[in-house]
Amino acid sequence: MLKNLDKEEYFYGHKGCGGCGGSLAVRLALKVLGKNTFVVVPAGCMSAVGFLYPQLSFGVNALISPFASTGAMLSGIRAAANALDIKDCNVVGFAGDGGTADIGLQALSGAIDRGDRIIYICYDNEAYMNTGVQQSGLTPYGARTTTTPPGDYIHGSKNNKKDMFDIVAAHNIKYAATASIGNIPDYIRKVEKAKNIKGTSYIHVAAPCPTGWGIDSSETVSIAKEAIHCGLWYLAEYEDGVYKLNHEVREYASIEGYLKKQSRFKHLTDEDIEIIQKQRDRKINLIKRKVKNYEKILENQ
Amino acid sequence: MNNRVFVSGDEAIALGVKLAKPKVIAAYPITPQTIVVERLAEMVEKRELEAEYMYVESEHSALAAVMGASVLGVRTFTATSSQGLLYMAEVLHYASGGRVPLVMMNANRSVALPWSIFGDQRDSLSLLDSGWIQAYVEDAQETLDMVIQAYALAENKNVLTPVMVNLDGFVLTHTYEAIDIPTEEQVEKFLPEFKLEGKMDINAPKNLFFSSSPSDNIRFKLQQHQAMEDSRAIIKELDRQYEEITGRGYGGLATGYRTEDAESIIITLGSITGLVKDVVDALRSQGKRVGVVKIRFMRPFPEEELVELCKNADKIGVLEKDISFGYHGTVYTNVADALKAEGKKLINYIAGLGGQNISADDICNIFSQLQSIDTGVNVPTLNFVGVKG
Repeated sequence: MLKNLDKEEYFYGHKGCGGCGGSLAVRLALKVLGKNTFVVVPAGCMSAVGFLYPQLSFGVNALISPFASTGAMLSGIRAAANALDIKDCNVVGFAGDGGTADIGLQALSGAIDRGDRIIYICYDNEAYMNTGVQQSGLTPYGARTTTTPPGDYIHGSKNNKKDMFDIVAAHNIKYAATASIGNIPDYIRKVEKAKNIKGTSYIHVAAPCPTGWGIDSSETVSIAKEAIHCGLWYLAEYEDGVYKLNHEVREYASIEGYLKKQSRFKHLTDEDIEIIQKQRDRKINLIKRKVKNYEKILENQ
Repeated sequence: MNNRVFVSGDEAIALGVKLAKPKVIAAYPITPQTIVVERLAEMVEKRELEAEYMYVESEHSALAAVMGASVLGVRTFTATSSQGLLYMAEVLHYASGGRVPLVMMNANRSVALPWSIFGDQRDSLSLLDSGWIQAYVEDAQETLDMVIQAYALAENKNVLTPVMVNLDGFVLTHTYEAIDIPTEEQVEKFLPEFKLEGKMDINAPKNLFFSSSPSDNIRFKLQQHQAMEDSRAIIKELDRQYEEITGRGYGGLATGYRTEDAESIIITLGSITGLVKDVVDALRSQGKRVGVVKIRFMRPFPEEELVELCKNADKIGVLEKDISFGYHGTVYTNVADALKAEGKKLINYIAGLGGQNISADDICNIFSQLQSIDTGVNVPTLNFVGVKG
């Protein structure tokens, strides 16, 4: 287990918004992975704020891939590293929720299927923030975005937020985890674990966006913590076919408290909140069942 | 000692690629390209070729993957056709703008709709502006020689531009011919080891494929254009060097056949050239002054070569397997621009779409029609050949 974080900054001098959760996730992961790292960033927030010539913000090798190509470029880099016999290196991608769950899903699926030794980190801020807060496949139910304006007719996002953790696990991936910048020690441990996995690993890190969520820039980490406390986000791992929940929440905090702190949810009715609560209960039950099932399977082995 | 084999155009590509020794290959199957990737997979399996063979889930990913590999300084290969090439379209611009020296084979095939697996050149010509060097070959021998030259061209430090080698679907990809394969020693002498300046390097990190401001953007685009312009002389020089080593040369961006005193010339692209040459020979034996000009590169476009090769002819037919709907064929538009100051009669013949056969009679008719201009016949600028019913 990592004791001290690298003092070196590998993502520095970018133009990210104050309190940007995504850039914190990138910065911390690179401190774990270190200088022998190749980074792929598709179109999205991180490439927009960190890659404007001549102000280039990565202290390690990095490139922007086409929007849909994160998984494919990661694989290409790993194949070249293998061909050149460069063993001691990490190949990591940082893609947003849209770049992962929507346009980049196919290439990600291909990469996991190949089992290439790459790390794919999805920083999930729950909408296309870079282009001005449009709905993505990971926008939660009810959220206001610029393409789901809340009114009598549209009433915010009708999506149910694809379960990327499960989608990825269904590939029989070597290692997958959910994480949050609301629990940095847990996130760092997972990045470190992924670093040593001899195969594909995927980390889905919840990374709030003050601009898109309508919170103060000082609240990024605290709102991420609250998402965990109210059960709308959980910290889990999947490794070699086994699901694990990293924390047991005995009593969930109020969902309403979490939602009403963000202007993107200001318009929600009691009915909406009930729907979201049901979604939460269903999701939590599902992951608990999975954990239990695998525990049983393991006991019987 | 040269080795003579009987192979298809697709196999000629695979044999040429094998001699160039790429270290990463990624491709997605599409008819009529599949034989290329099957042969390469077999070569990797037999360890005749020491390469990482990547299974990818789409053409878009195939091109992105080889880009990622290439910037670490590794020679790569990919191949596609038709819908696959169009699916790559975004990444084509990406690779040329990023100055990534890739080599890709494209089996020229019609574009849906209607679906057709057969050949025409609408796929690659619709991507003429994607910043790739576009080469077109006539037969299996030129195919093999072109793919080896393509690596030397793309990787030349003054070029650093991806190269697309186009061969007509089925007519070339699946037709067997006897060809000479150069020896490994000959290819090693011709093609230097791939050394990429500015590659991604753990000890000297790079940030690549960035955004730029408008004022920087136009500078980068000018550099890209200049590299393409500079590649003209390099194409000729590489062909000369290749001829010196292997005994086979092709003469640069465009070549003429019996053009010296020709009054009428047909300009061709790709495998139809062979048939047009045969017709030229037959008509010459009847005393007709006809010739053919073969375009080998659509980008960079052989403007000066066309002016020189066509200088004695006053009637030019452009025969192509392409149409830019609402105007002319793309080859014609380019030729017309190159010859705009030459005062020639230029006629466009659209033929062979969706794999329709172009016969010797069709070509005879084109020459007759060109010659009829002298007797005062008014020939339309645009003509579709072989439309029945």
